[in-house]
Amino acid sequence: MLETKTAVEPTTAPTPFNLMQTLSRNRRFLFPVLALILILIGNRLISPTFFTIRVGPDGRLIGSLIDILNRGAPTVLLAIGMTLVIAAKGIDLSVGAVIAICGAVAAVLISTTTLPPLLVIAIAIGAGILCGLWNGILVALFDIQPIVATLILMVIGRGIAQLITEGQITTFSNESLEFVGTGLIGGFPFPIFLSVIVVALVWLLIRSTAIGMLIESVGANDRASFYAGIDATKIKLLVYIISGICAAITGLIITADIKGADANNAGLWKELDAILAVVIGGTALTGGRFYLIMSVVGALIIQSIQTGIYISGLPPTFNLIVQAVVILAILFLQSEDFRRLFTGAWAKLRRQS
Amino acid sequence: MRSRILPLIATLAVFVILYLIGWQRFPAFGTTRVVGNFLTDKSFLGIAAVGMTFVIIAGGIDLSVGSVIAFTGVFCALAIGQWGMHPLVASGLILLIGAAFGAAMGAVIYYFKIPAFIATLAGMFLARGGSFVLSQDSIPIDHPFVNDISQIFYVFPDRGRFSFVAFIFVVVLVVGIIIAHYTRFGRNIYAMGGNNTAALLLGVPVGRTTIGVYTLSSFLAALAGIVYALYTKSGYPRAAIGVELDAIAAVVIGGTLLTGGVGFVAGTFLGVMIQGIIQTYVNFDGTLNSWWTKIVIGLLLFLFIIIQKVLTSYRGTLTFRLIPGLSRPAAASGTSASPP
Repeated sequence: MLETKTAVEPTTAPTPFNLMQTLSRNRRFLFPVLALILILIGNRLISPTFFTIRVGPDGRLIGSLIDILNRGAPTVLLAIGMTLVIAAKGIDLSVGAVIAICGAVAAVLISTTTLPPLLVIAIAIGAGILCGLWNGILVALFDIQPIVATLILMVIGRGIAQLITEGQITTFSNESLEFVGTGLIGGFPFPIFLSVIVVALVWLLIRSTAIGMLIESVGANDRASFYAGIDATKIKLLVYIISGICAAITGLIITADIKGADANNAGLWKELDAILAVVIGGTALTGGRFYLIMSVVGALIIQSIQTGIYISGLPPTFNLIVQAVVILAILFLQSEDFRRLFTGAWAKLRRQS
Repeated sequence: MRSRILPLIATLAVFVILYLIGWQRFPAFGTTRVVGNFLTDKSFLGIAAVGMTFVIIAGGIDLSVGSVIAFTGVFCALAIGQWGMHPLVASGLILLIGAAFGAAMGAVIYYFKIPAFIATLAGMFLARGGSFVLSQDSIPIDHPFVNDISQIFYVFPDRGRFSFVAFIFVVVLVVGIIIAHYTRFGRNIYAMGGNNTAALLLGVPVGRTTIGVYTLSSFLAALAGIVYALYTKSGYPRAAIGVELDAIAAVVIGGTLLTGGVGFVAGTFLGVMIQGIIQTYVNFDGTLNSWWTKIVIGLLLFLFIIIQKVLTSYRGTLTFRLIPGLSRPAAASGTSASPP
């Protein structure tokens, strides 16, 4: 069952460095990072050229690692927004639909009007902000459960995107907009830069201002936060808007990548990837403490598994099963009750021998 | 208690209004042929939604429903067509597999404290992946027994058909209502969804009930898969994508609170039928984009959630929260114990 209790760890005062203590205190960080390293090593065993990066004819860096960062950028972006939403005890099921809406807006505007591409991008991101605002209003002002509130946009959103594109797959040809998805800077694909910039900006936002702490406070106990003078409503609005912006940028990347808006399939089930990334990263769905960088690691784990399956030559039919098994394994390792099952059995064995 | 029945009455009112609108625009809505088709077309969704109702009343969620339906279809098609099983044997086997699958998810949720959302998401991947491993293509089901079964139907006076799959749906519905309101298991589910900790302290077997609820849901999803396979006479690994969302929407429209503890199986039936009416209306109209179905369902979802909110929030909370400056610490009243 979903737990109702929420634990907020007290911030410990700085103590002299102690390796074992640091390790045990940071066990949350240990498992995802370990899992990522193991999966990467596994990929290296499958494909000897996994870690090699070479320069292509047009200056493009080519290699599986670059590919993971590039293909993983959408999930990374979504996971950042999702982390903040989940930290504030919410969830955003609508990001896939928002991707479709923003992609449709950008594709239709660029193909039917003469607006400058930057303005089109701004309008698409504005659409994302509106979607986030809608979710935020339902959750923060109407006090509706986040899972239901965002389910509404998840159900309606693709219909809206269909209406924007009038049921067609809208294609376009515009170098500036295509750059968002396929452009290169210094050999690196542009989506990698976008994700790094967004991670950096959100990191600055939560660590150089009090907003990160306020989000954790609202997520841990919004009533107590209210009594402590925190405007929980504004914080909730903010996290959904940030999630909407992240989804909009993702929508731009996906649309620019395929040079068209597919209202049916753009970003389909991406919300599930994003939520998984956050959970693998160790942020509890019950809100409170969150780990932004760990969510990025979680997103990279998901992408590494997918890339690994592709390069392994395993029939693509096994994709979902392998993904589910690896993710379950990581989640089991993180579950304290699961670990206790084994440490208990181990201790028993040792006592007997 | 009054506030618990009110959402159900609101659902009933919307159902009647939508039906009358449809009837007024298309007189065919009044015939048993259309009504019989509602039941037949939505039977698989309805069966899955009954299972979903129990899960949601228990305070959980089951995202694996659509994938289990697809897996069931592919499994049945292969078992009948290639492994030479009798359809009844294949059905019995897949119902067992479905139940075991649900029990496994329930056990993972209960013993390892993995959120239901994530555990059933993994279940969704596994079942969908499993059906892809079994087959990549649509497999036809052609067996004399299956053909016989689909010829069983009751004919209404004006030649409407009450088909065999609609019959299964109605039976599941009745059994669901009995389980929910007249058995100890049902009462345990309500208690657990209302307050897990309190239920545990009062001696409700929380572990057994949790596992039981997910077993029931996956069992019904497998049954829905059999019905879907009968209905389409094929098994297809990409079938029933997103059915879990339709089921959740039907449950919520039917007046069940996603916070758990409150809900009606009968309401879910109305929720399913409302979706059927909207879809039939859009089909009959012919000029509307089929996506209007989703948009209208989404708007209804919104409407019902607001109705529920007004009914369940204690007096005036909503007004206070909407008028700035008047806000009082009711912010956490509805969300303090709710899962995300």
